[in-house]
Amino acid sequence: MARAAVRGRLSTWQVATVAAVSSETFRARTLLFDVREWPGHRSGQHVDVRLTAEDGYQAERAYSIASAPGEPLALTVERVDDGEVSSWLTQEARPGDLMEVRGPIGGYFVWEPAYGGPLLLAAGGSGIVPLRSMLRARSLAGSDVPVRLLYSSRSWEDVIYASELEFPGPGVQVIHTLTRSQPPAWTGYARRVDQPMLAEVAWPVSGGPLAYVCGPTSFVEAVSQALVQSGYPPERVKTERFGATGGT
Amino acid sequence: MEAVDGNAIGGLLHEVFGTEMTDAASVCGSCGAARQVAELAVYLRAPGTVVRCRSCDSVLMVFVKIHDRTCVDLLGLATLG
Repeated sequence: MARAAVRGRLSTWQVATVAAVSSETFRARTLLFDVREWPGHRSGQHVDVRLTAEDGYQAERAYSIASAPGEPLALTVERVDDGEVSSWLTQEARPGDLMEVRGPIGGYFVWEPAYGGPLLLAAGGSGIVPLRSMLRARSLAGSDVPVRLLYSSRSWEDVIYASELEFPGPGVQVIHTLTRSQPPAWTGYARRVDQPMLAEVAWPVSGGPLAYVCGPTSFVEAVSQALVQSGYPPERVKTERFGATGGT
Repeated sequence: MEAVDGNAIGGLLHEVFGTEMTDAASVCGSCGAARQVAELAVYLRAPGTVVRCRSCDSVLMVFVKIHDRTCVDLLGLATLG
């Protein structure tokens, strides 16, 4: 195909005002935004966030949307060590602050209740964020699609939405695995997701399950390959990788 | 460097093509693998943004931003859209 130079156009950036901020873990916060002409979004989509410094320097990152369709835009952001955007969002941003957002973006890693299931959601770390939007969408729609969420975190302190996931509602099972440290008397999984764990947790292939896998690249590759090896059709395993240190 | 998904550049692609592209179909010009754009391998930290085939690793698309212009190279693709 061709080469071309496209003049920067489509100024689709919109001003977003931080409306509220709440802590999820010591490294993650949920930010609720007021966007004047938010067109609405689907579960699994993301937005690009752009910050502009006083000297004009701009930094831009993609973040998954945490809220359900119909709810105001909310992002849950986990601080990464060299993350100039995530540091500001998790440490500095406060109600009334302005930034720019572009989106919603994405038509591949999306789920809506009409897609059905049974649904297998697999999250590594902050990969839980778009899956949480799906869970909320399911609940708000009164859907009875059976869901199993396998959520891998380093420790219990790193679990985002912990209290919300404790009572996920009828038809939703949440299975945690804690890979680095576990609370005393922990009886759950305590290792990275592997084939034997998926054999216990994942829906049998015969039921025509649909899987969404989101997290760091290594997590997504391991889980999606294991699912395909166990017979999940590749087109029924949707993936979203956000690199080694987070971002999307 | 680890690759992310085509989904990660949905905003950039929208800027360039003027429409949602992550669910568009692509065919690799080298090996013929057909995938949705969201399934392609994207390297964000190369000089510019590099999109590669997940089957044969060929470079499919390159985007380089220079001031208000985005230079787009789609030579690695057989088809897109």
